[in-house]
Amino acid sequence: MTDLPADHLHDEAAETTATVRRVQRKMAPIVPAQNIAGRALVLVIAIMTFLSCLTFGAVTLVRDTASVWENQISREATIQIKPADGLDMEAALAQASQIASEFPGVTGTKIVDRDATARLLEPWLGTGLNIDELPVPRLIVVTIDEASPPDFAAMRAAITPKLPSAALDDHRTWVDRLVVMAHTTVTIGFAVLALILSATVLTVVFATRGAMAGNGHIIEVLHFVGAEARFIASEFRWHFLVTGMKGAAAGGAAAILVFIVFSWWSSRNMATPQADQATALFGNFAIGSTGYLGVGLMVLVIGALTAATSHATVVAYLSDIDVRQPDAG
Amino acid sequence: MIRFENVGLRYGMGPEILRDISLHIPERSFQFLSGPSGAGKTTLLRLLFMSLKPTRGLITIFGKDRSRISRGELPLLRRRIGVVFQDFRLLDHMTTYENVALPLRVRGREEAGYRTDVTELLKWVGLGDRMHVLPPVLSGGEKQRAAIARALIEQPEILLADEPTGNVDPPLARRLLRLFIELNRLGTAVVIATHDLGLMEQVDARRMILAGGRLDIYD
Repeated sequence: MTDLPADHLHDEAAETTATVRRVQRKMAPIVPAQNIAGRALVLVIAIMTFLSCLTFGAVTLVRDTASVWENQISREATIQIKPADGLDMEAALAQASQIASEFPGVTGTKIVDRDATARLLEPWLGTGLNIDELPVPRLIVVTIDEASPPDFAAMRAAITPKLPSAALDDHRTWVDRLVVMAHTTVTIGFAVLALILSATVLTVVFATRGAMAGNGHIIEVLHFVGAEARFIASEFRWHFLVTGMKGAAAGGAAAILVFIVFSWWSSRNMATPQADQATALFGNFAIGSTGYLGVGLMVLVIGALTAATSHATVVAYLSDIDVRQPDAG
Repeated sequence: MIRFENVGLRYGMGPEILRDISLHIPERSFQFLSGPSGAGKTTLLRLLFMSLKPTRGLITIFGKDRSRISRGELPLLRRRIGVVFQDFRLLDHMTTYENVALPLRVRGREEAGYRTDVTELLKWVGLGDRMHVLPPVLSGGEKQRAAIARALIEQPEILLADEPTGNVDPPLARRLLRLFIELNRLGTAVVIATHDLGLMEQVDARRMILAGGRLDIYD
């Protein structure tokens, strides 16, 4: 291109130097940084990630709490001795306690004394109760080793012949029901999480395709100036990976912040009725390392999902571009 | 360089838009492609540019049978063809300079290697002082020249221009035509699709007239 028309030539050295300096600025990205659809995509991804992370955290919390319920309740068994004619209650309690404590797997026994029994009945019978006037059964709490629990059938067989009015309750029925309930709760939690994740995937896919719709002309121009499909796809993939990660990181960070705030609130209000109520229901609001790891993983997955959707859209657009009907001319 | 033999094209089950087109575009040649609006000029250019496949007939481009060219080979062959679209197709978020440099950039070339070439070409088409302007603020003629510069930056063997003077006044149309002639003199084959008879009368060149789906060639 040296044989140039005279009316277009401006070959002053100073001007050329200035021009070169001006063009040395950073080149605009091939895919424009952000437009309205792009910003909406970031927002949608952030909201969906936030909801997903919150659900994930809640499920983790419920799962941990359910397992705590299970373990706590199976840590104890109870021996109940009903009053009977001619039975020396205190001697019977001592005897039953003695028999139970001799079994391997029992870490301790504790007789619920008269005052404690009276306190247990207080909500129903009021204060000032003389427990000796009523045929009230008495309890022995048997603490057991969770790792190697005692043989409850043998214990029952050892106690019942000597004390016919004694009954050993290993809480099995109660524990079984609680375990079923806990498992149901966790299953429901995972089902909700699966629904939220499906909704997130679909929303991210559709929002990405929406944002991509405005870039059709860029794909077309790149295609017609001789860019290879691989190059075009990689440009869009990278752009949308960054966009997806931005939104996902914002949503994930917001979810973590919510958990930190709740955790702080619960520790600050420890031993108050509200906090006790919340703790009884949800544990201590700490989602633990699994929760944080899950949030991190979700951010990565959503970013990758956005990139993969844009990649698929570009590939579909390119395969369509050469068979589309052009305008007649 | 490009040869058509009894080429026909129809969309779906519709009538044939192009019928029995036979032509040969030799190297370093200069020709006009003309015909009334809707005659199929753009469609014929698309066939030349390999963005459409014929429904029948044989097209040979750079010695290769079009029907045997794979998807992967297309970008490499397209780099040997420069196209100026009727609607320019400049990217609005890039400056004139960046738009013109785009074909080189997509090939992975370093900017330092082509900066001078792009700058010189922009000056050659008279856009030396509009280099860092975004397309929305360029006039129709400036956009046209930017689109031409983009088509030329890779020094193609053939240039296809679709109504390159459709949006400019007669003096600028003459200037653009001089530019194409100059380019042809430097060795590039040129095909200009136009229905501007005034433009065609200015140059003694081959005319290909499309009418009723058929092509008549006047050497």
